[in-house]
Amino acid sequence: MTSMTTQPALSVYDLHKSFGSLKVLSGISVSAFKGDVISILGSSGSGKSTFLRCINMLEIPDSGRIIVAGEEILMKKNRHGENTPQNMKQVEQIRSRLSMVFQQFNLWSHMTVLENVIEAPVHVLKVPKKEALERAKICLEKVGIYNKASSYPAHLSGGQQQRAAIARALAMEPEAMLFDEPTSALDPELVGEVLNVIRSLAEEGRTMLVVTHEMAFAKDVSSRVIFLNHGVIEEDGDPEQVFGNPKSERFKQFIAGM
Amino acid sequence: MLLNLHGYGPSILEGTLLTLKVSVISLIIAMVLGFTGAMFKLSKSRILNFISQSYTTIIRGIPDLVLMLLIFFGGQVMLNQIAPKFGYDSYIDVNPFIAGVLTIGFIFGAYMTETFRGAILAVSPGQLEAGYAFGMGKIKVFFRILFPQMMRHALPGFGNNFLVLIKSTALVSIIGLDDMVRKASIASGSTRLPFTFYFAVAIIYLIITSCSGVVLSWLDRKYSVGVLKG
Repeated sequence: MTSMTTQPALSVYDLHKSFGSLKVLSGISVSAFKGDVISILGSSGSGKSTFLRCINMLEIPDSGRIIVAGEEILMKKNRHGENTPQNMKQVEQIRSRLSMVFQQFNLWSHMTVLENVIEAPVHVLKVPKKEALERAKICLEKVGIYNKASSYPAHLSGGQQQRAAIARALAMEPEAMLFDEPTSALDPELVGEVLNVIRSLAEEGRTMLVVTHEMAFAKDVSSRVIFLNHGVIEEDGDPEQVFGNPKSERFKQFIAGM
Repeated sequence: MLLNLHGYGPSILEGTLLTLKVSVISLIIAMVLGFTGAMFKLSKSRILNFISQSYTTIIRGIPDLVLMLLIFFGGQVMLNQIAPKFGYDSYIDVNPFIAGVLTIGFIFGAYMTETFRGAILAVSPGQLEAGYAFGMGKIKVFFRILFPQMMRHALPGFGNNFLVLIKSTALVSIIGLDDMVRKASIASGSTRLPFTFYFAVAIIYLIITSCSGVVLSWLDRKYSVGVLKG
C-alpha cells in the first residue's frame, strides 16, 4: 500500500514539546502515506494526544517540522524565543486539509447536524452551498445518520454525535484525518458503532492517525501501530510485528494490563 | 385629550424619539466597549487586563449622574484648555447629544464588559477549538461560533443592563438635551400640571421597556436553539 517513491500525505520530523518544565514529546518522527491507518497507543500522559494536537498546531511544538502533502508549516522564533508559526493564514489553510475528530465530539451545539457538516466546507473552503449540501448528504449517509440531519447535537446519543463529527471531518475531503481518542467518552455499548464507521473509512483507503485505547481496533484495522512512552516512540511497525514480538518492556506491561 | 396633552403632545413625542435615539446609539457604544473590555479582561496581556479592570472598577464605583456632569462640564473645560496647546484657538462647545450618548455608552460599556466576560467563559473551549481545527481564523470563530453561543448566556444580564440603560437616558435632560423628561419638565413648568406630564412620561418609559422585553425574549428563543430544556 505504501511506497517510498510517493510523497507522504503527512510527515512529522523530530517534534519536541514541553509544558513548562514537563517534557511531553522528545523527538517524534512519523510519516503517513496515503491510505495508512496509524494507531497511536500509550498510557495517559504519554504525550499521544499532544502529538496529534501539535500536527494541526492546536498546540505549538517547541521544535520540529510538519509537512502536509509536500507543504511545510513555516515556523519562526518570536521575540521571547518561542517557536511560533510565521503565518497563521498558512496554518489555517493546512488545518482545513487535516480534519480532526475530538474525544468530546465538539459538534457546534447551536447548529443542526447538517449545518455542522456544511459549516467549514462553505465558510472555510468556500464550496458553493448547494455542492456542500450534496457532499454532506453523502457523508451523513456514510456514517448512517442522515435521518438525524436536522437534529441538534444535544438531542443525539454520544455515538450518533461522534458519527456526525466524523461526517463533519469527512466533508472537508482532507489529506489525513486526526482522531483524538474518538471512543473514550462513549458508553461501552456505543463504542462499536463508531469503530465500525472508522473501520469502513480505513477500507476506503483514507489516511488516518488514530489515538486510541482500543487494542482490538489497533490490531485489526490499522496498518501501523505506534506506542508512545514518556514522549518517545518505543514501538513502531505493523500490528502483527508490534503485538506479536514487542521489544519495549513498557509495551509488554501495557498490553498485559489490558 | 390624553394624546394631545394640552398641546404638548407633539413636543413630548419629539422627546420620546430623542430618548429612543439616545438609547439605541448608546447601547451600540456600550456593546462595542463591552466586547472590547471583555476581550481585554480575558486576554493574556497584563496591560490589557489592567486597563479593563480599572475601567470597570472606576465606572461601577461612581454614580452615573456624577459621571455625566464630569464628562460634559469637566470635559468641556478640559477640551478648551488642551485644544489651544495644539494650535486650535476657537472655543469648543461640546455637543450635548454626543456627550450624552458617549457618557451613557461609556458607563454601560463597563456593565456589559462584566456580562460578556461571564458569557464568553460559559462557552466550552472545545467549541472554539473545533472551529480552529477546521481552519477558521479568530474572526470567523468569533462570529460563527463564540458570538451565537455566548449570547444565550449574556442575554439575562444584557437585558437587565439594557432596561437600566433606557431609564438612565433620563439623565441627559440635565445637560440640556431635549429628551422626553426635559420636554415634560418644560411643559409642566408652563402649565403647572407636573403630575400629568411626568405620569405620561412614566407610561411612555414603561411602554418602551415592555417592548424591549418582548424583543429580548425573542432573542432568548433565537439563541437557545439546540439547548435541551428541562
